[in-house]
Amino acid sequence: MQPPSHDLVERTAREALERLRAVSDLEGLDRWRVSVLGRSGSLTQILRGLGAVPEEDRPRLGAEANRAKGVLERRLREREQELKSAHFDAVAQRESVDVTLPGWPASQGRLHPTTRMVREITEAFASMGFQIEEGPEVEFERYNFDMLNIPVDHPARDMWDTLWIDAVDEHGERPLLLRTHTSPMQARIMERTRPPVRVVVPGKCYRYEATDSTHEWHFYQIEGLAVDRGITFADLKGTLYEFARRIFGEDRQIRFRCDFFPFVEPGVDMSISNFQDPRTGKRPISRDEDWIEILGAGMVHPRVLEGVGYDPSVYTGFAFGMGVERVAMLRYGIEDVRLFYSNDVRFLRQV
Amino acid sequence: MLIPISWLRRYVPIDLPPRDIARRLTMAGLEIDEVREVGAEWGRNKVVVGHVVELEPHPNADRLRVPTIDLGGGETATVVCGGPNLANGQKIAFARVGAALYNAKSGKTQPLKRAKIRGVESAGMVCSEVELGIGDDQEGILVLPGDAPVGTDLGDYLGGAVLDASVTPNRPDCLSILGVAREVAALTGASVVEPDSTHLEEGGPIDDAATVEIVDASICSRYTASLVRGVRIGPSPQWLRDALESAGMRSINNVVDVTNYVMLEYGQPLHAFDFETVRDSRVIVRAAMPGEQLTTIDGEEHSLDPPMLVIADSRGAIAVAGVMGGLHTEVRESTTGILIESANFDAANTRKTASALGIRTEASHRFERGIRQELTMRALHRATKLILDLAGGEAAKGVIDIFPVVKTPSDLTIGSDDVLRVLGADIDVETIDETLRSLGFETMRTGDRLAVQVPYWRADISIPEDLVEEVARIIGYDDVPATLMSGEIPHHEPSAERGVRERTRDALVSAGLQETISYSATDLESLQMVEALGEECAAPLKIANPIRANMSHMRTTLRAGALQTLAYNRRMARRAGLRLFEIGAVYLPNDAAGETALPHEKEMLVGVLSGPRFETSWLAPKGEMDFYDAKGALESVFGQLGISAEYEPGVDPIMLPGKTARVSCGGVDVGVAGEVHPKVLTRFDIDGRAALFEVDLQALYGVCANVSVEYAPFGRYPNAERDIAVLVDSDIPSSRIQKIIDRHRLVKQSAPFDLYTGDGAQPGKRSIAYRVTFQSDRSTLTGELVERARGDIVRQLERELGATLRGV
Repeated sequence: MQPPSHDLVERTAREALERLRAVSDLEGLDRWRVSVLGRSGSLTQILRGLGAVPEEDRPRLGAEANRAKGVLERRLREREQELKSAHFDAVAQRESVDVTLPGWPASQGRLHPTTRMVREITEAFASMGFQIEEGPEVEFERYNFDMLNIPVDHPARDMWDTLWIDAVDEHGERPLLLRTHTSPMQARIMERTRPPVRVVVPGKCYRYEATDSTHEWHFYQIEGLAVDRGITFADLKGTLYEFARRIFGEDRQIRFRCDFFPFVEPGVDMSISNFQDPRTGKRPISRDEDWIEILGAGMVHPRVLEGVGYDPSVYTGFAFGMGVERVAMLRYGIEDVRLFYSNDVRFLRQV
Repeated sequence: MLIPISWLRRYVPIDLPPRDIARRLTMAGLEIDEVREVGAEWGRNKVVVGHVVELEPHPNADRLRVPTIDLGGGETATVVCGGPNLANGQKIAFARVGAALYNAKSGKTQPLKRAKIRGVESAGMVCSEVELGIGDDQEGILVLPGDAPVGTDLGDYLGGAVLDASVTPNRPDCLSILGVAREVAALTGASVVEPDSTHLEEGGPIDDAATVEIVDASICSRYTASLVRGVRIGPSPQWLRDALESAGMRSINNVVDVTNYVMLEYGQPLHAFDFETVRDSRVIVRAAMPGEQLTTIDGEEHSLDPPMLVIADSRGAIAVAGVMGGLHTEVRESTTGILIESANFDAANTRKTASALGIRTEASHRFERGIRQELTMRALHRATKLILDLAGGEAAKGVIDIFPVVKTPSDLTIGSDDVLRVLGADIDVETIDETLRSLGFETMRTGDRLAVQVPYWRADISIPEDLVEEVARIIGYDDVPATLMSGEIPHHEPSAERGVRERTRDALVSAGLQETISYSATDLESLQMVEALGEECAAPLKIANPIRANMSHMRTTLRAGALQTLAYNRRMARRAGLRLFEIGAVYLPNDAAGETALPHEKEMLVGVLSGPRFETSWLAPKGEMDFYDAKGALESVFGQLGISAEYEPGVDPIMLPGKTARVSCGGVDVGVAGEVHPKVLTRFDIDGRAALFEVDLQALYGVCANVSVEYAPFGRYPNAERDIAVLVDSDIPSSRIQKIIDRHRLVKQSAPFDLYTGDGAQPGKRSIAYRVTFQSDRSTLTGELVERARGDIVRQLERELGATLRGV
């Protein structure tokens, strides 16, 4: 075999590039690679033959041959990319699906709207430093009423129509009931901790009430309680403003009015605005009222503090309680509270 | 409580429209549910009292006439009228053009137009009750009393607006018109004029005529009475009838009406006895004798028992104190002597008595809220005066006043610092002073503090915080600033259990299950349907006063509710795939501590899956959900919680014996999964198959508490996969085979991927194939090493289980 020369390198490279341009598919490209860069390819041969070149020419020719190899390898890669994309373009042209056919049917699970609302509300308070606590649904009369400044034989008890457990103690009294609100947890939590206290308590409650579209005998409440030195009614307002902003949005106004709950003084009832849009005539909540009551609240009554061994001259606090379904109804425009626990999946899947 | 604005005006000037008054009262704590305005829709001064001053026949129609109506202020109108009862000189309701009236023909309320009727111009209308929307009488026109003032707005004349208030239990003073007037005064800056009680006492001394004795002072702290003789019982005058009716009470006769009127006025219940029927003229206030009989004025006979409080004469009970009078001493037409009682009965006793007898009256409603003793005398004087005015007669000299227990509210002090401490608002002492005075409190200022005396009508003020509320509600809660708590945030220990529960919920939702929440109460029949009653089972707590018969007991299992929910939704959508779960408490009696101890509220999870596994789809295979869907749901929960569970064949009273698994985690029983026995499903009217799983969350919490998540480095060397298919006896569980495979040191993981029991398999045998992943921590496994390991495993399976290798 002839020793490689400048001309040979140049010619081999030129011919190889010409043939590369003519390659039209990946198989052809592989054949080209073998014939040029393979073990016995034309350029490989030249590189192998460098040993026969006179010593003074060897470095120059070696550099030329290696440069040619570099160029050819680069061109090979480029051509390979070109041919591959052309190949996939062709495949893509051939293959298609009917995009209007439904996809693989995955089952859609959802949380119950009450669960989601409880989470949303408790998280709003948790971000303000409130701890989430829970407590018993079957409760002692003492916690549900007496310790909340609602003595037996007081007409305030009529505010909570009660379901009683049919179990009689040695005095002939029924001490157990289904809690009518989450407020007994105020007393329970304060009994077992020292201030500062900052908790929210979600949970099921029960009332002896005829059911209709706005009343359900079985419902959820969220109670809140904060007790410390120096807590004021203004703090209650600020906390509830923040809650309302998170749940109902920035645009809604808040109204506080005086109300009575035996375990707070002063007592308050909070409403959110539901004004008609002057242009569309629509209200945020489709109910013909300018203000909609959301929750009851107030400053913890000194007698409640005394009852759990807190000194009311040192500590003050606020408490609030709200119906979870009511908030959810206002949020989602649900008209009938009975939908919540009838468990019709047609309802549950929507909200 | 109905509060007619017209009645309110007798004690306080009101310039604001009723809706504004209602809004202010509501904001300050007296919630007005409704403002009932007579004729608000007509338009102000559109319908007025008119006087028929001329009545001419219609020239072109026999049945029509043409009256001329005087509207006052020199204004007259001539109209055409078809009312057959129209007569000259009548006072009638005249509607001006533009008044919005009900049109019976169109069924709509429309503005009245000027009209020409059979050629005669008619500029207005003489109205019937129907057109005014205040009654059903459409036979003729509404004829008003002769003293109706001409030109007055008819709405005002008929009583104007009535406020319907929800009075909170702490404010018995607002169960009176005067009490509400005081609220209005405080809110508008007006002042209250108390009604006139002056009268003559021309009879003999009352002490010579009657005696009163209180036997039990703890339940009657004050008893006052007056005596009027020579009265004439008859109907009440119109003003009194109107006042009572506008406040929702019925008129009886002049004397009874006065007692009711004064009760509404002051909030102090009164009772009038026919004095001649009070035997021996003795009134005794005492507890009832056991079994004592009394017929009340409603004709009901009651059997009384101590400590119910009665008013008795020398022979027996004549009234249930504070609740209702007796029939025997009732004021009737023949009555001439009246003993008027104005007393203060114990609140709790009245409440107990009223509820024991099942009678709730206007009187008991007020007494049980605890009214002030000072009211008795004021109301008594006022009632005596009105009875003298309306029924005549002669009042005895003096009154009886037995006052064994004097209760005075303690005097309070308040300063700006108290208000700041509770409200967080800086309000100067002058403003506090002014506000309290506007509500009738007497104040005395010493430096920065006020000594405060509670007015005689307020029964709800006993601590400084009560005064702070008074200040805040009159100033307005909206004027208190809003701040965020600045104190230290208490140290919190987040509840691990709650964390596990919420992650379980999320895992189930991700696995495609819908959360449900069902009632916590159920009935015995439902519990029986899921075999949850009997010796072995917890006895459910019974509700003494269930809301419905099918909510009589607290649930001891979630299963009944879950299957009821499934059945309900199955009825709504016969062919739907339903995947439902509930997390909630069951209520188990605390047997050790007795039935009056709190029950154990145990958190449980139940899931039911039934129907086609996939929605109707061109892609997905058909198939009904079964055991493995329930198990799969559980596996995804356990996977999310990072715990592993074992499943062994188990038994359950409501499940199919061959399709039930007991589920445990590290030796702790946590629940069950299986297919519900069809005999149980038929009890719920469920056709087909349903899989169910149940987990004791309390047990799961314990398991999760011991989970420590630790990172294990994955191998550096490549792994190799091989399949192993063996033929084994059908009763050998897959878990046993897998255990043998997994214990080889080079096996990283194995999974069954094929199960075959069909025709090709020998009877009593089944073929199971596993895909096994091999990996070494030390080197890249050669094919030879993998094959050797596979051979080792196969030999173990042959030896231990009698398995034979099948070609793959």
